[in-house]
Amino acid sequence: MTVLIDLILLAMLVITAFRIIYIKDLFSVVMLFGIYSFLCAALFVTLDAVDVAFTEASVGAGISTVLMLSTIAITGRKEKLSLHSHTFATLIVLLTGGALIYGTFDMPLFGLADNPVHEHVAPRYIETSPTEIGLPNMVTSVLASYRGFDTFGETVVVFAAAIGVFSLLGVRGKPTELLAQEQGLTQHKVLRVVAKISIPLIILFALYVQFHGDFGPGGGFQAGVIAAAAFILYALTFSLRKAVGVVSPRFVKYLAPVGVLLYASVGLVSMLNGANFLDYNVLAADPVDGQHYGIIIIELGVGITVFSVMLGIFYAFAGQVEKANVQ
Amino acid sequence: MSLIFEHFNHWVVVILMMIGLYIVITANNLVKKVVGLNIFQSAVFLMYITMGKVVGGTAPILAEGVTQYSNPLPHVLILTAIVVGVATTAVGLSLVLRIKSAYGTIEENEFQNKEDVI
Repeated sequence: MTVLIDLILLAMLVITAFRIIYIKDLFSVVMLFGIYSFLCAALFVTLDAVDVAFTEASVGAGISTVLMLSTIAITGRKEKLSLHSHTFATLIVLLTGGALIYGTFDMPLFGLADNPVHEHVAPRYIETSPTEIGLPNMVTSVLASYRGFDTFGETVVVFAAAIGVFSLLGVRGKPTELLAQEQGLTQHKVLRVVAKISIPLIILFALYVQFHGDFGPGGGFQAGVIAAAAFILYALTFSLRKAVGVVSPRFVKYLAPVGVLLYASVGLVSMLNGANFLDYNVLAADPVDGQHYGIIIIELGVGITVFSVMLGIFYAFAGQVEKANVQ
Repeated sequence: MSLIFEHFNHWVVVILMMIGLYIVITANNLVKKVVGLNIFQSAVFLMYITMGKVVGGTAPILAEGVTQYSNPLPHVLILTAIVVGVATTAVGLSLVLRIKSAYGTIEENEFQNKEDVI
């Protein structure tokens, strides 16, 4: 049964991706890409990667769709006819694809328990992490503790991307006269009521995902994105001005490094206690308790950074759209 | 027949990756190129998650009476990669916006021959 669902989802994925090639209307392309991401998320669930599915659903179908829509709001929704040589592209793609497919015959078969990828490191994570870290969710244990350095690096990369976007597009410190006139979807009563009901629930859910990530699927990355999505929904339905009044761009700008610094400070505290950077065992008398404290704090740091980066990027894009509308 | 099922995921990954590559090569519009890059990227994600799956296993969250878990390591790598992916996509899209404001167009063949105005 799972295999059947898997096959159907994969086929739908290919059909969606294939349609994107030929559609010239960018609005449809972006919408199809949202569907594509959601199918990906469903596929990740059937492949047992619930944490990844969570992230893909909130990021792919949520944030990146909004960012692409705000881009085409400025750049226009029609793609002009391409002058590129399609036969040349087809030839390259077929050659590369053929070589890759030829390569898959040497790959280990799908889903066998003794594949090389399951032989090294993973058994140790699966067998000892529940007692050594004391968390049932192994993904969180690996993410936050065993590979804490990696995750720290990723958080810094997300922060760096925010710096890139802010320096390219600029982010306002405070609302300007551009935002003076009232906007938002004033005519759409149903949307406004539904948004009003669901926004508190989305924020509550984000907090649940943040602090329950040690025990079930979830964690700082997902929670940050979900919380940012709640504020983006608020900005889209009730005008950017109101959203900026609740969480100002200046606040978001200062909040982004706070998460990274919180993460790094946990590492420094463990160094001051005589252990290695990000070794949580020394944070409490009992190593397992220390791991708990460390993971909760660094997940909070990740959540804060991801939330503020996503919201800040949205503000930067929305500010550009407003500017284009005024002109 | 079993060969098809055992490699089907890998083949779909290759097909998706090639669709992404094709869009990146042929698309004239920069936003569509970014979409193509994202499809290419998600094919890589799918590859990792496919490798982590163990048939008969469950999600790597400790539960009573479960002996076989799927591999948590690819999940961790891809989870963070997705969030980094959207952050870098945002950087790409903001470059597109700057190109629009500098050249007035984001169609590749239209700004390619213009003088460098930035």
